[in-house]
Amino acid sequence: MYNAKAVIIGIVIFVAIFSSPFWTGWIGQDYTKTGVVLPAGEKECIEDTEFMRAQHMRLLDEWRDQALREENRVYESALNGKKWVISLQNTCLKCHSNYSEFCEKCHVANSVYPYCWTCHIIPTEGKR
Amino acid sequence: MAKLPTPQMLVASRPAFPDKDWFDTKPDFIPGSYCYPAKMETMEMLHMPHPHEWDPTAENWNLPEDWEKILCDAFADRLEKHRSLKLFMDICVRCGACADKCHFFLGTNDPKNMPVLRAELLRSLYRRDHTMLGKLLGKRVGARGWDMHVVKELFYYAYQCTECRRCSLFCPYGIDTAEITMIVRELLHEVGLGLHWIMDPVKNCSFTGNHLGIQPHSYVEIVEMLADDCETVTGIRPKTPFNKKNAEILFITPSGDVFAEPGIYTFMGYLLLFHELDLDYTFSTYASEGGNFGSFVSFNMAKKLNAKMYAEAERLNVKWLLGGECGHMWRVINQYMDTYNGPAPANMEVPVSPITGTVFDVAKSTKMIHIAEFTADLIRHNKLKLDPRRNANLVTTWHDSCNPARGMGLLDEPRYVLKHVCDNFVEMPENTIREQTFCCGAGSGLNTEEIMELRMRSGMPRGNALRYVQQKYGVNHMACVCAIDRATLPPLADYWAPGCTISGLHELVGNALVMKGEAKRTMNLRQEDLPEEALDEEAPADGNAESQGEGR
Amino acid sequence: MFASLVLVLLIAAIAWIGASVGLAPLFGVVLPYAAVLVFIGGMIWRMTYWAKSPVPFCIPTTGGQEQSLDFIKQAKIDCPSTTWGVVKRMFTEVFLFRSLFRNTSAEIVENDPVNKGPRLIYYSSLWLWAFALIFHYSVLVIFIRHFRFFMEPVPAPITWVETIDGIMQVGSPRFYWTGGLALVALLFLLARRVWNYRLRYISLANDYFPLWLLLGIVCSGLCLRYFDKTEISQVKIYLMGLTHFAPVSAAGINGLFFIHLTLVCVLLMYFPFSKLAHMPGVFFSPTRNMANNSRRIRHINPWNPPKQYFTYPEYEDAYRDAMAEAGLPLEKQPEKAAE
Repeated sequence: MYNAKAVIIGIVIFVAIFSSPFWTGWIGQDYTKTGVVLPAGEKECIEDTEFMRAQHMRLLDEWRDQALREENRVYESALNGKKWVISLQNTCLKCHSNYSEFCEKCHVANSVYPYCWTCHIIPTEGKR
Repeated sequence: MAKLPTPQMLVASRPAFPDKDWFDTKPDFIPGSYCYPAKMETMEMLHMPHPHEWDPTAENWNLPEDWEKILCDAFADRLEKHRSLKLFMDICVRCGACADKCHFFLGTNDPKNMPVLRAELLRSLYRRDHTMLGKLLGKRVGARGWDMHVVKELFYYAYQCTECRRCSLFCPYGIDTAEITMIVRELLHEVGLGLHWIMDPVKNCSFTGNHLGIQPHSYVEIVEMLADDCETVTGIRPKTPFNKKNAEILFITPSGDVFAEPGIYTFMGYLLLFHELDLDYTFSTYASEGGNFGSFVSFNMAKKLNAKMYAEAERLNVKWLLGGECGHMWRVINQYMDTYNGPAPANMEVPVSPITGTVFDVAKSTKMIHIAEFTADLIRHNKLKLDPRRNANLVTTWHDSCNPARGMGLLDEPRYVLKHVCDNFVEMPENTIREQTFCCGAGSGLNTEEIMELRMRSGMPRGNALRYVQQKYGVNHMACVCAIDRATLPPLADYWAPGCTISGLHELVGNALVMKGEAKRTMNLRQEDLPEEALDEEAPADGNAESQGEGR
Repeated sequence: MFASLVLVLLIAAIAWIGASVGLAPLFGVVLPYAAVLVFIGGMIWRMTYWAKSPVPFCIPTTGGQEQSLDFIKQAKIDCPSTTWGVVKRMFTEVFLFRSLFRNTSAEIVENDPVNKGPRLIYYSSLWLWAFALIFHYSVLVIFIRHFRFFMEPVPAPITWVETIDGIMQVGSPRFYWTGGLALVALLFLLARRVWNYRLRYISLANDYFPLWLLLGIVCSGLCLRYFDKTEISQVKIYLMGLTHFAPVSAAGINGLFFIHLTLVCVLLMYFPFSKLAHMPGVFFSPTRNMANNSRRIRHINPWNPPKQYFTYPEYEDAYRDAMAEAGLPLEKQPEKAAE
């Protein structure tokens, strides 16, 4: 091999950069579960778990439009037709009242920071 | 020579792209599209592999029986020798940035003259033998095997590339078609395919010391004659030292300059300049060639022809080498000579101008400097008395030759000299000068008569740029530092910009140079009448030279 | 072109079907590991392959004035004479696409009033440069943004990049500009291959395939983010499982994710064996990474053959009489040589 020094440095840099998804993962902690704590004693959400996990941001986005732009405060569940009041504060956060044990568990880990809390009050434990 | 079409016809006659895929088109060997093959005895004398008689228009090129194996092996060998080749075969993304940078493509509109496709001709062969996908998928991924048509195609397009490197400048990865062309030519030589116009000078240079085959006594005779002409013009007969031992400087210039117009006037310029400086220098009849047609054949042939420079510098015990105006000569000297034949002989020293004391550290290892550097330094130090009015009949422009421009970076030194010897200077459009300069269209051994129309085509970008400044600014002259240019540009100018003359830089220096004790000049070096401005008054006062030095 | 498109669609379909018939471990575990190995191993092999051949000559393409007399200004970046200058030149090449920035387009006018005849006119043509730059930088930012799936906790710099990328705060989830720009740039690069007749003529399947592949990756990624969502916490758990060599079940992850992942894997495996190797290749390019100092410092060719040439004594032997007659100095006089 010619220019071995430069080439080897180059290869090392290359490997370091492109194997980074593997070794950077070891810098912090592992992430094997979300650690979300569901509200104790509540049995029913407006939709099923799978939908809520993947689509809650879209639902909230629609709710905001319904409530503020359409003045519609009634949401009908696709699950069982049950009617819910469109309100983050009064419907969602009524049960999901623990921000750090619920929202934050996924949002911080996945670096998703929506602008909910520029208007709404972040729920704190034991307080509505 | 066949009659040439008019420029309008030539431009209009460029065909559209063929409908067929480039894999399926074949070059048409019609007269004027190819150069004549090298003679068998020439190839034999030079010990080239497989010398044979052949005719480019014939179906059968009489290649050795195992030509395919020879070529495959030679290609594999070159891949081992040149990282550039491996790399350039692998990393081209076919972005097409190089396409309209090539003067051959602009002039012919032949898609295979796009540098990318010219390289694909070889790359397709590389894919089949040296890449996994090519082996597996063949033509679907642009791979193909060797066959006779491929060899013919390689020959056709390797000799429609002047190794000017303009494409390389624009390539985002610096892929250099010159490198690929040089290697393709090497491969073709492995099966005995070469050009007469290249191999004949190579043979001459090998056995007489210069491309033109001028024997020592004739060389002396011609130079003496040029010295006589100098006397006719200036009243001073310059010294003509030959093969002088222990001179300070060995001066080497392309033999074209002692042989043909307008190069001879440049040569006279050298003679006058060196005489005026009372330079301790010598010519050599043995190393009487600056150019190197070997560099259009193979790396080894270039090395062989170049070896004479250091050998002679050692024998004559000179301190350093001064090189004349030549294009590919300087590509070889700047980028290859020291590697080929260095280190410089022990008797040599870092070049120091004996007139100004300037140490040329840039040539610390090769011990060879370009005469434009040498003269620019003289002018900077006010060592020359110059009367640019003697060139007042000229509105000149500057042609950057491809090799000094893109293989060396010699751009401002000659301009500095030119602006001091000629008052009327206009640059051609910016995309046609300096590092973006266009080739004369006939470099790398293609300056032969039989392809004159092709030369006019490939010279179109240069010719057009010259015509533009001619029409717009009244330019009537183009200067250059390349002997091939001095041979190829006059017909090009006659065709694209009739009325423009061509000269080397030092012809103009020779004209402007006010020599000690010279007779009143009435003629320039071409023995044409000097412009009236130069005759009106006495030679400029001494102060003039100083103000010259301070200026740009 | 269409063959390459069909191939990419086929790969996507296989991944989709595979994931939905329970082959997720194959597409989600075996393939990514294999792809990373092939990619890194392949690239090391490729670089070593290049490095095994020497650079016999010092052949930089000089893009400006050389180092010369002290009153002549050197183009220090385009025509470097020192290693530091080369570093600067390579920086402009790699990060700013310097050479592509020079790009011009030549137009031939058959009857130009100034030239009174044909004339070539050169226009600066920066479209390719602009979109190539946009594409590469977008991909870089996208790569960096993906580290939110690889690291726990997500480091602040990655959050910053996300904030800047989504600075316009359009939509929910926030629209990342680089995703859109990468798509636009790819479409441009594809369009010029299709509509520019010269490019169409030189383009091979090897050119269309990576474009379609990248388009597939970008589109599936955009879909996963904005349209057919999947729960990203699960994705992160899944990917962290892969990077910690403890794969977990992929149950519940949208099949589209496996299309995205599979296309990325195919890209990785294709990379070292294709033109995409230009990524490390540009650093190897001898016309760019060498200093124009070959007159000052001797460059060594490891296979430099022995000197063989027509020597002066041979020359004098051939022409001695004529040289003597012309009065040229000789090493051996004719009478001496005759002895």
